[in-house]
Amino acid sequence: MAVKVLYFAWVRERVGKTEETVEPPEGVTTVGALMDWLAGRDEAYAHAFESRKTIRAAIDRTHVKPDTAIAGAREIAFFPPMTGG
Amino acid sequence: MTVRIQREPFDTAAEVAALTRGRTDIGAVVTFTGLCRGADDGRAVAAMTLEHYPGMAEAEIGRWVAEAEARWPLMGVTVIHRYGRLEPGDLIVLVVTTSSHRAAAFEAAEFLMDFLKTEAPFWKKEEGLDGTSAGWVEAKDHDDTAAARWKAPASAPKV
Repeated sequence: MAVKVLYFAWVRERVGKTEETVEPPEGVTTVGALMDWLAGRDEAYAHAFESRKTIRAAIDRTHVKPDTAIAGAREIAFFPPMTGG
Repeated sequence: MTVRIQREPFDTAAEVAALTRGRTDIGAVVTFTGLCRGADDGRAVAAMTLEHYPGMAEAEIGRWVAEAEARWPLMGVTVIHRYGRLEPGDLIVLVVTTSSHRAAAFEAAEFLMDFLKTEAPFWKKEEGLDGTSAGWVEAKDHDDTAAARWKAPASAPKV
């Protein structure tokens, strides 16, 4: 399943790109599993996702938890805790 | 409801006028304005750059405004959040709530700010006085605590 992945703030800086399309293997079915898989790609991703419990995620522009299924997602975003306002 | 994410400054008086013009049923207008400070935790800040998630920022704030409208008898809400590079003294965020009486307007404005802080996809990166990057601002526990006190009803959006 090809899916668009977006990165923001220090996750974006560490990965070194704002977005990309990835094709995770079939066994990767949740947001948390996708983070594990991304972290295993290379050193930059490993650094970006080293504190996985801190990183937040959104599917199709709605906040989700790590156990949320990614099936059917068009856009998955990873970012640090928000600091707006 | 009006939700805008913009680089440009905003005019608080004009936004209040837009909500109240021609109406005689509104008895209370509350505005909250957030400004860029020149110091954070004792460190001097020359400027900050606000990054956001286009599309989600509008959607997420819109969800919280809808929740505020469900909880309080509001007669119009405007939320404006800026992005880009801002210097100390610059305006960052505006929340305007209107109602027939003040309690609803005060509470709704505070509710919206608490969730803007913790749920709206914005991130601040500070610059030190010597032009170097002082790094990303870390989320604060007291902001989570402030947001958590509103979380009683089951109607709250999923967080």
